[in-house]
Formats: sequence, C-alpha cells, structure tokens
Amino acid sequence: MPQMTDERVRAGLNREEDLSLLNEVSVKTAGVSHLEMCIQCGTCGGSCPAAMDMDHTPRMLFAMLRAGMREEVLRSNTPWICVSCYHCVVRCPQEVHIADVMYTLKGMAIKVKLYSDSTAPHFSQTFVDMVETYGRSFELGLASRHYLKHFPLRLPGIMPMGFGMLTKGRIDVAPRRIKQMKQLKAILSRAKKLELTS
Amino acid sequence: MNKYLLYPGCSMDSSARAYLESLNTILEPLDLQLDEIEDWNCCGATEYLGINLIPAYSLIARNLALATKQMDSVNGTGGTRTVITPCSACYLNLAKADHYMQERPALGAKVNEALSAGGLEYKPGTLDVRHLLDILVYDIGLDAIKRKVTRPLNGLKVVPYMGCMLPRPDYKHRWSDHEHPTELDDLLRALGADVIDYPLTTECCGGHMTQIGPETAFELIRRLIAGAHERGAYLMAAVCPMCQLNIDAYQLETNRFFHTHYHMPILFFTQLMGLAFGREPAELGIGAELVSARNALAHIGVEVPVTQEPATPRKKDEGLPMPRRWTRHEEKEAVK
Ligand code: SF4
Ligand code: SF4
Repeated sequence: MPQMTDERVRAGLNREEDLSLLNEVSVKTAGVSHLEMCIQCGTCGGSCPAAMDMDHTPRMLFAMLRAGMREEVLRSNTPWICVSCYHCVVRCPQEVHIADVMYTLKGMAIKVKLYSDSTAPHFSQTFVDMVETYGRSFELGLASRHYLKHFPLRLPGIMPMGFGMLTKGRIDVAPRRIKQMKQLKAILSRAKKLELTS
Repeated sequence: MNKYLLYPGCSMDSSARAYLESLNTILEPLDLQLDEIEDWNCCGATEYLGINLIPAYSLIARNLALATKQMDSVNGTGGTRTVITPCSACYLNLAKADHYMQERPALGAKVNEALSAGGLEYKPGTLDVRHLLDILVYDIGLDAIKRKVTRPLNGLKVVPYMGCMLPRPDYKHRWSDHEHPTELDDLLRALGADVIDYPLTTECCGGHMTQIGPETAFELIRRLIAGAHERGAYLMAAVCPMCQLNIDAYQLETNRFFHTHYHMPILFFTQLMGLAFGREPAELGIGAELVSARNALAHIGVEVPVTQEPATPRKKDEGLPMPRRWTRHEEKEAVK
C-alpha cells in the first residue's frame, strides 16, 4: 500500500468509514444536503475565496465527516470562515449543499462549545439576541457590544468610520421594534423546542 | 401599474438609507407601486442560521406568512404573489426558506408548527421572492427604463458589482449566469454609463467577516476595490446594503491594513438610476457614502454639494479622540 501523505491522514482517509456523524449532519441540515454523495473532487476548495484562512478545505472537512472525526470537525474554523458566497455550491458536481452544511456545523459546535475562537459565535449570538428582543437588528447596539468585547484594539481605527456613519445619519441611535413582538416570541419559543430528526 | 409586496430589510432605513431614498424617486417614473409587508421582522441575516435551524427558518417564514395575508389586497385591487427585496442577503434568506420548506417537507412542517404558535401559516411555493434588480430588468424592462433617462450617464466609468448572494445559488434560475450575470451591466448601460467589464462582479464582499474575522474580510474587499481601480473605474455600483457597507465603510480600515490609498466610491444602482432620470444628488442620498463619490460624478458634470456635517450632538470638540479631524485627514490620504 502506498504511504499515506500527512494530508490524507489529517483527512481521516486512513480510518474506517463511520457514517453516523455524516448522517447526523445531513439530517440536521435544511434541504436535502447530498452530503453522502461527495466524490472528493476538490472543486469546492478550489473555488473558495476564503480557503487560505481555513483549517480544512470543505472537501477535506467532508472526508473527515465521513471518517466520523467529530471533535476535529467541530473544532475546525472552516465553517466560521465560510462567507456563504455559494461559489462552491453552484460548482459542486454532486450538488452538495455546502454552505448550509457549514451552518449546521456551526450550530453543532456551539451546542457542545467546541470552537477555538469565540468571536464568531458570540457575534452571531449577540445578533440573535437583538433580533429576539426587538424583532429587528440594531447595528449600533450590536457593534458596540461586539467591538468592546472582541476588538477593543480596533476601536480607535474604526472610530472615524463610526462617526462618519453617525453624522451621515446611517446609524440608528435607538433600536426599532416590531409591533407584534409577543407573536414573534411565541413563534420562536415554540421553534426552539423543535428539531429536524429525520 | 406594477404592484409588488416589499420586504425592505433592516438596513434600508439606517445604513442603507440612500438606497431607500433613491428607490423612492424611481417608483413613479417607472409606474411601480410597492406595498410594505406590515410588521415584518429581521430575516436573521447570516447569523441565525448558524445558531439554531428551526427558529432561524421560523423567523424568516413569519415574513412570508404575513405577506400572504396581504397578497390579495395589494393596493386594494388585483393583488400580487411577488415579494421583492432590495437586499441580497434578505432575498436569499426569504427565497431559501420558501425553497427548502418545499425540498424538505419535514422542515416545512416544523416551521409551520412554530408559526402556528403565533396564529400564522405559510404554504411554501405561495409567493415569488425576487430581488429589486430582477424586477427592474425583467418586469419593467430596459426599454422602459431607457425612455425615462433624461441625463444619460455618458462617460461615467462604472463597474457593476452584483455580489455573491444574489446570483447564487439561484434556486429559481432567474439570472443569466451564476458567476458572470450581465443584468446589472445591461441596466447601467441603459442609463448611458460607460460600463467596465468586471470579472469580479460576483465575488464576495466579506459579508459578516468585517465583524468577526477582519483580516479575511479586508483581503476580499481589497481584491474588489483593486480590481475596480485597475480597470479605471470611477466608481462601483452595488445592489445590496451589505456589499455597499463593507466596501464603503471598511475601505479606510482596509487601506490602513494594506498600506494602500484606494479611493473607490460605491453607490447603489438606484442612485445612478435617479441621476439618469434627472434627479439631484441630494434627493438620492448621494453624500451619505463615506468614500465620497463627488469627484467620480464631477467627471460627468454632476455637482454634489458639500455635505453639511451636522454638528455633533455632544460637545465633543475638547473631548477625547477627535474622530472628525481624523476622518478629513484620512480622506485626504486616500485621495492621494
Ligand atoms: S465540490 Fe462537491 S463533490 Fe467535490 S469535493 Fe466539494 S463537496 Fe465534494
Ligand atoms: S460558500 Fe463558503 S465554502 Fe463555499 S466557496 Fe464560499 S466561502 Fe468557500
């Protein structure tokens, strides 16, 4: 047998197939993921504008899924670096819903707190908190909470931008609320009890 | 009269108010009537989907459910099944919810179970979700648009920037191509503009990465503005509030990061339509951009009045960081 390169070992190609993780991800993904149909062609990674900053290309991540490498997959920064540009999605010969799989992996990583950098999960959570409170996003509240916590050093640098946005009337200083907040809350709290299981 | 339901999205009355203001000026000339979905909520952008699936889709679907309540009574007559949105991220979310609720009936059922807690329901496939650009090009038509042009943008070198979430994944095959769609080129050309071929047109602006992984975002932004600059563009045309925000508001930070001095203004395509239809810059929110389009528009003899920077609400002059002076200084730097 030819020697395995490091990359192939990293992708779990030296392991027995274990489809339980892949199936779990597939079930939890919106739409029909086609994940099991990935042929490891690499078109996704080659199309990805953010691949240079990813721990694993999408292709590699899907090989790891197939090998059942739960912890390594959920710890990977790849889903967090994915900018949802859908380049890979329209080029994938197997129509794998790659960007949606990335969303699923983020949700799974958050649940078990397996991420190496908390910036992105906290940003998403802060955004969601605003929406769950007001029904609308609130950029100023979001930005100030987020930058103070994660990018205090960026603050002086973005001050002119923030100030420009403010003077040009491009930032609301108070949040806008929807009228039927009660209705939205009822919908979301029911939704939180539901999960895709099959 | 062309009537549609409108899902404006959260940015339209804050960071992208110039988009809304300019959109409002082209409605009447094009005989367009937009009925805002009453009490619409945020679509969750790209954040909620990564946190919790069913709530994320329920949040989106509430808007679709509200829209169906209004669809038969749009403006009292006729009705419409078409919801339009000016934001590419909102567009994709709404279209995606509609599409996946059909593709995966189990998802549709769960979402409706959640909606029922608020007395709502959405039957996937009921509505057509479309982007503003799609409506203008395919419903109104380029000829009708051309007929309204009173101030052709001759000589205005512009790159059409479509962004990524509008032409992809394109569930309903609405665009001429996934990677190099030409609808925006065609529309700008109808306005008389000097449209530059821009192979980067559907590359990503960085999306939310300006907030969470700035270095990744800065590189994506740099590619876009460098690509426009190298091709001799005076400015870029955007079809999405998030694209405009990233390229406009984060251009200074990107320049600082790479030690570059780009000055590449980006306006909403509706602002350019308004100009071509003879409206004045001030009515179109021109001047609200942080990277000023004044010099770009001077090329075609359009004068943008110097924006009156409103006095700061706080007496900041003797206060700490004096950001105002920085802005001016940086702006000069960037022009060099
Ligand atoms: S492009 Fe599709 S089939 Fe090819 S490696 Fe990526 S996910 Fe797999
Ligand atoms: S959708 Fe994500 S993984 Fe696919 S090409 Fe874009 S950034 Fe890369």
